[in-house]
Order: sequence, then structure tokens, then C-alpha cells
Amino acid sequence: MSSLYEEINIAPASDVPVRQVTVYVNGEARTANVEPRLLLAHLLRQAFKLTGTHTGCDTTNCGACTVLFDGRPIKSCTMLAVQADGHKVETVEGLASASELHPLQEGFKQEHALQCGFCTPGMMMAAKALLEENLNPTEDEIRWALSGNLCRCTGYQNIVKAVLWAAEKMRAELN
Amino acid sequence: MKLDEIKIGGMGASRRRVEDNRFIRGKGNYVDDIVLPGMLHMEILRSPVAHARIKSIDVSAAWDVPGVRMVLTGEMMAARNLAWMPTLSYDTAAVLATDKVRFQGQEVCAVIADDPYIAKDACGKIVVDYEILPAIVNPVQAAAADAVQIRDDKAGQVGNKVFDWEIGDKARTDKAFADADVVSKIELHYPRTHPSPMETCGSIADYDRATGKLTVYMTSQAPHIVRAAVAMVAELPEQNIRIVTPDIGGGFGNKVPIYPGYVIAILASILTEKPVKWIEDKTGNLVSTGFGRDVYLKGEMALRKDGKILGVRMNTISDHGAFFADAQPSKFKIGLMHSAFACYDIPTAHMFATGYYTNKAPGGVAYRCSFRVTEAMFFQERMVQAAADDLGMDQAEFRRVNFVKDEQHPHRTAFGFLTDSGQYEKCLDIGLEAIGYKNFAAEKAEAAKRGRLLGIGISVMTEPLGAGNSREYDILGIKMFDSAELRIHMSGKALLRTGSRGQGTGHETTWAQIVAHELGIPADDILVEEGDTDTAPFGMGTYASRSTPVAGAAIAMVARKVRAKARKLAAHLLEVSEEDIEWELGRFYVRGNQERGVTIQDCAMAAYSNMPDGMEPGLENVAYYDPPNLTWPFACYIAKIEIDPETGVWDVLQFVAVDDCGVRINPMIVEGQIMGGLTEAYAMANMQYQTYDEEGNIIGGNYMDFLLPTAWETPGFELYEVVTPCPHHPIGAKGVGECATVGGPAAFVNAVMNALKEKGVRNIDMPMMPNRVYEALTTGKDIYGMPPVRSGN
Repeated sequence: MSSLYEEINIAPASDVPVRQVTVYVNGEARTANVEPRLLLAHLLRQAFKLTGTHTGCDTTNCGACTVLFDGRPIKSCTMLAVQADGHKVETVEGLASASELHPLQEGFKQEHALQCGFCTPGMMMAAKALLEENLNPTEDEIRWALSGNLCRCTGYQNIVKAVLWAAEKMRAELN
Repeated sequence: MKLDEIKIGGMGASRRRVEDNRFIRGKGNYVDDIVLPGMLHMEILRSPVAHARIKSIDVSAAWDVPGVRMVLTGEMMAARNLAWMPTLSYDTAAVLATDKVRFQGQEVCAVIADDPYIAKDACGKIVVDYEILPAIVNPVQAAAADAVQIRDDKAGQVGNKVFDWEIGDKARTDKAFADADVVSKIELHYPRTHPSPMETCGSIADYDRATGKLTVYMTSQAPHIVRAAVAMVAELPEQNIRIVTPDIGGGFGNKVPIYPGYVIAILASILTEKPVKWIEDKTGNLVSTGFGRDVYLKGEMALRKDGKILGVRMNTISDHGAFFADAQPSKFKIGLMHSAFACYDIPTAHMFATGYYTNKAPGGVAYRCSFRVTEAMFFQERMVQAAADDLGMDQAEFRRVNFVKDEQHPHRTAFGFLTDSGQYEKCLDIGLEAIGYKNFAAEKAEAAKRGRLLGIGISVMTEPLGAGNSREYDILGIKMFDSAELRIHMSGKALLRTGSRGQGTGHETTWAQIVAHELGIPADDILVEEGDTDTAPFGMGTYASRSTPVAGAAIAMVARKVRAKARKLAAHLLEVSEEDIEWELGRFYVRGNQERGVTIQDCAMAAYSNMPDGMEPGLENVAYYDPPNLTWPFACYIAKIEIDPETGVWDVLQFVAVDDCGVRINPMIVEGQIMGGLTEAYAMANMQYQTYDEEGNIIGGNYMDFLLPTAWETPGFELYEVVTPCPHHPIGAKGVGECATVGGPAAFVNAVMNALKEKGVRNIDMPMMPNRVYEALTTGKDIYGMPPVRSGN
């Protein structure tokens, strides 16, 4: 675990307490001073400049802000930054390695599983959680696993194909 | 050695999208991702009530919140002549309320602070004293003699009527009805719905007092229109206004209008001399920005016993909310509603349209639709279905009898449009074959044994996409044309800019394919840029499926201009006269000697290094394109559904879509558009709508009430294609982005009605939620969806 240490203060009002949190984001320890009410989505976007995690609805419906929290998909607009203190968070920026894309990223491009791209990061993170549990999902299992993530452009058919594409590639890589 | 057009990513290549490279890495650049130094944040306080006089506003406690930089009220806007702004339909709309609030969610105050959380806190400290007035939530209430007047701000306004408008031949149509054997009638409500892109609206206004330059980063489908509007409203010189539209997280018509938030943020930046960011929350987007539909339709069809349609009457009553802010060509008060029945050979038709103000959000945008075409085609196919049922004719056969035949084109419709091509019967036949229409009766009988009701629903239509021509289509006098600018660098690589603005629609990919097709430059060598008014040529923006019909045509034309100059360079390089030069993809050669030639890249280099004496250096051009007509894509959608009569739940068993959008530039992207469009059609038919209670409270102001289908319930779609090139488009293409949303809903509703035919039910208004279907099939009565919602619904 590398230790990139940051001191970032997101303008708390003067009478508001400030807490220091350290979150292990995409394998790096990152620290910020935050108001206790700051949402995790805003910590990622504003303090850590990881703007790939989008906020779509602020009400846990749309899933654009989905990240992995200790490996499980959560909607980061409905978790406080202080709740993430000491935990692992994976975002879309952590999907690709320095040299290559994650199979889900390749699959989404190959199968035209995105149009405006706004739901895409959350969609891929939810799909990653599924594939980590089940590398051979059926179409129904994929649809169910992604049912907390809304897409307005694609009609989902190509998203399902993209996840199947990625699963096949990941299975092949295992063998 | 001929170039392989598919290999260079030309026309017909399902080229993988260029824009995906950043989106899949989380490196898109949406407006909320932009951070400017010293940037402040704005939050809007909205009205909690639908109709009320504002007695007082006390903002003092908001100013006291640490971190607050400014609090703006309607009064402060009025002092700068900015409390009201013009709409796209020659009306005015409030920016911040001064006298009254006229819908729930209307903008009342704005707070600008160091942080969005602080701005929200401070909004909560503002005290507004409202004197509640009666709320009007439908046109019947609005038209009542004793109705409270909503627009008492407008001099000369009488009652709540916005307009009366008519088109067609009334006398001839009356005659057709007098001569009819059978008159079929239908009455329905196309409910209010919302485009609801995943990304809400937002902007960052950045005014630099030193240079006088105003830069606005914003979610706009039409940045050049915004520049013109800001110049007029804010009285700033147009050259000092720069509108930048970064990546757009979906638009669907919602991001065409100019909203109060944009105007307030601009003023706030001018006053604070700092960049001011405003990002709407989801509820703000759903309750205040451009909705779609909300039209009551009555229709009658005059029929001959043998199935021939003799004439049609349409009557529309539209609900426009508090301000008439429809985004549509200015000559047409109810959009292109009169495009209904364009695929049918009908001798005469007449339409009468009335619009009303109500205490609901303003808008009436073309939600994935070419200006009310969605309502038109829904009405058309529901009317046709009712007529076939009344005559006791097979629904497919009735359509077949009345189609405009292929050889009748060009065909003038009863309402005056000119359709230039179409093979409707071929589309229908492919659809019927794919869905197994012949076996349906047997299938239905089989399902009945299991206690299930099966239904099959057809929707065939042709629709006008891609306004203008400029003779007929303008917005506030600005003609609806578009543009493209192409610059070839010395290495033969290119930069293409257009006045359109993609919003997930793949412009960066497909525009390069058009240039590749025209010039033979590989698509990967062409950079496409849009959305910055300082660099892009003027265009009317992307909505109503107009990008490919208009901007796409401009791209082909500018490439041809560039090729014409390259030909002169080729002649110079080959030392022959221009008349002796032939063109094949990517290359000029000497007539009669195909081996002796130069590539387009050779010509590009010559334009910078070896041009003939007297020739202007460089290889670039610009084209403005004014289309001679709209494009007329057509489609056939057929749904097969099954109802569980114990719950009213209906499931899609099979859905077939046959689309003809002319020549397909990128088939993969076209199919993506069709599947997305069908999903929105399914959404409207099944679950997605906005309604109001009797006090004017909106129901459908968040994603708990406003339902979008997820991956779980969205059905699969089978796609088929027919290709009839558009006769007037330079590359034979037509619009496509909206066809499925326009034509899809009637297929679902006709299918459910088909399943309920024996129950005596004639209509269930969308969305056909299980409770509505259950009520219809248990009572045998039609279900109407006019607000206010019934208690307990």
C-alpha cells in the first residue's frame, strides 16, 4: 500500500466540527479533513478529484455513484465520508492497470454498451462486483445484479452483452 | 489498389466509438467535473406550493450563514431587468419569482456560497410568506369561466388560454364525414412525462471583468442558440460570450431550453466577479425543467365499409404549464402534430388545437421527438387501431389498404407535408413475419388455457425529422440550417467542427466516417470537435433527430468542397489539366492511366508546400446546409404481450422493430439508438409519467415516484432493417434517434388493448400500470389519466 498523504480542507463552515478520514482508494491511502456530513461521493469527487464517480439522483436510485466498498457495491451518495474511514474503496479510475484496460472496459466499448457515458462507471463497478462472485453469470443474473443502476440511453441489452463479453474473457484468462 | 471503405472506418462500418475511450476510464468531462479557481456554488430555493402570491421574502438569515457570498431575489433580478426572460415560443418566463409563484418547484431565490452544502443550508434560512391561490392542474379547470387567472402578469391576456390554432381543410373534411359509412372515434390523454437524462442540468458562469468576456460551461444541446439568447437577455456583446458544452450526460430534449438557473448563475458571476457553478439536483430537474407531452387528443375517422379512410378530424388540447416555453419551430403552435397520418393515403384532414396555461412546470420540449411528432404518431396508430376494430377488419390488412404506396412518392399528405420515399408495406410484412402473426390466434387460444390474455399490437409510421428547410422552419426567426468546417493538415490528418452537439449520440465517431466516405481519409485520422461557440461554426444544435439530416449533410458538402480544391492540387501534381482527373476513394488519377495518381494526403501536403502559382494556400472550407425538405424515416413496431388477469401485470413476450432510416453511417450506433428509443417507449407505456394532485403537488418529482425501467424489467428487442435512401440528403441518410420512442408506445398500448378486446375496453391511458389494467379488465371500462390523481391512486 503506497501512502500518498493529502491535506485537503473542503471549506467547512466555521462552527462545524471537522474529522480527519483516511480511505484506501484504488490501493492508495488518501486522507482528508471533512465535515461529518460530507457524502462519500463528494469526498471522492471534490477532495480526491476522482470525477469518474458521478452523482445522478442524490437519492440512492440511479446508481451512477456506485463504487466498491470493501469489495461490495454501494451507492456513494448515501454513505458519509466518515463512514469510509479506514475502509477500501474502488472507483472506475482503478479499473484499468497502467498498461491495459479491465475486460469490462473493453467489453463495454466492443458491445456499444454506453452512449452518454454518465451511468457507465457505476454500471461497470456493479458488474465488477458480480463477476468477482460469479464468473459465469446468466443473462438474468446480470440483469438482476445491475437492477440498481439506471441507464437512460442504451436499453441495457448491450450492457448485458458487454458483461457476458468480459466474463468470457476473464474465464479465458484464468485458464 | 482500391481503398476498403469499411477498413478506413467509412460509411457502413460499425466503428467502435472514439468517445468511449474516455468514458470507460471515468475520464469524461461533464460540467460538474469542471473546477475553476475561486469558484462559488449556487443553490436555488424553489416554491413548495403551486400557485400563490408572494407577500414577503426575508433573506436576512441566509446572509448571516458563514460562507454565503450573495443572496438573489426576484426583486434584485427585476432591478437589472432580469426577473423575466423570453421563451422559445414568444412568451415570457420568470427567472426568479417577483409577484406570484405559478408552479411547484418554481425558482424563488438563489444563494451563492463557498460550498454547495453552505448554499443549501442558507436556502433553508429564507422565509417566504405565501398567500395560497387555487391551483389549476388540467385544461378543463383552466378553461372554466371562473378559473383563477394564472398569467395576470401579461397585459391583454384573457383567461388561461395560450392559443387556438388550426390546419387542414375543414369544409372538405366535413363533407367526407357526411359521406362516411362508419365514423370511428377515440379519446385519450398522452400523459406528461419527463426526458430525465441521467445528468441533470447545470452550468458554470465565469465573467472576467478585465476582458469583458463571459464564458459559460453548460449542459446545452444548442450552444449557439444560448449564445444568441445571452447576448439578447444579458445585453452583452456576442463576441464576448463563449458557450462551452462539455460532455453531456444525456439530453433527450431536456437540455434545449434556457433555464432560470443559467441566467441567475451568469448574473451572480458578474456581480461576484467569480466563477459560479450551479448543478441542479434530480428533483429540481424533474419538477422545473422541460417536460414532454401532456396532450388530450380527440379524433374521428370517416370510413368506407371496405376499409378505405375518407377523412380525419383531430382535436388537441395541450397543457403548457405556467409559461408557454415549448421548444419548437415558431410557425407551428403545437409542433408538427399535423404530421400524423403521413404514411396513410387520406384525402382530407382537419386539426384544431388549443393550448392552456396551468399551475404546472413549463416546457413542452420535444422529448426524444421531432416537436410533438410522438403524440401525433401515438394518436395516429391508436386511431387506426380503433377504426380497424370498429370495421371488424384485421389490423394489418386495414393498414395495408390505406398505406401510401411506394410508387405514390413524392406524396403530399392531407395536412400538407411532402413525403419523398417510403416502403411501408415491406416494413409491415417483415414485422408480421418475424412476430409470427399468422400463428397468433393459435397462440392466444393456447395462452387462454393457462388463464392468460395474449395481445398483439402494431404501430407503423413515418415521421418528419431534421428541421428545416429554412422556408418553413425557424426558431424566433433564426432559420434552421446547420454547418460544418473541415481543415486538412499538411500530413493529411483532419479537424472537423460542426454546429451540432452530440450528447451520447456518437458524433465524434460518425462524423469522421462521413469525411472518410467523401475523402478516403481514415476515420482515425480525423478529430471531431463540437460544443465550443468560439471555435465551432454556427449551428442550431442537436434535437429532433436533426444532426445527421442537417449537420451530417453539411459535413458531406464541406468534404466535397475540400475535394474540389484537392482536385486542382492533384492536377498540378500530375501535370495534367483538371478535366483529365478522375476520383476514386482517397485518390485522384489520370483518366486512362489508373496507375498514375496522387492520394488525398499528397494533395494535402501540396496545399502547404507545392501549390500552383496564384492558388490560395491551405486546404480547408466551411459549408452551411439548408435542407430542401425534412427526412422521412419510417418503421414498423410490433409487440406481443401477455396479461396476468389476476394482477393486471403485462409482460412483453416478443418485440419486433423494423426501421428504415435510409443509409446507415454506423449500423452499431443506429441499433443502439433504436434499442434506447424502444426502452423509453416501453417506459412511457408501462410506468413513467408525471401527474399532480388537486393542490398542484407534483407526483413524479423523484426517482421513487418517477419510474425508469431497469435492466430487470426492460424487454429484449429484435431489430430488422429496410434501407430506402433519402432522395435529397447528400449521403442518403435520415434521422433515427427518435423513431423508436415516437412509434414504440402505440405498439405496446395496441397490444394490451388487443388482449382486452373482448372485455369491451377501448382505451387505457398510459402508463398502463397494473392497477389500471386490472381495473379495466374487471370493470370493462376505459381508464382515463387526467390529473388530479384520484385519492389512493
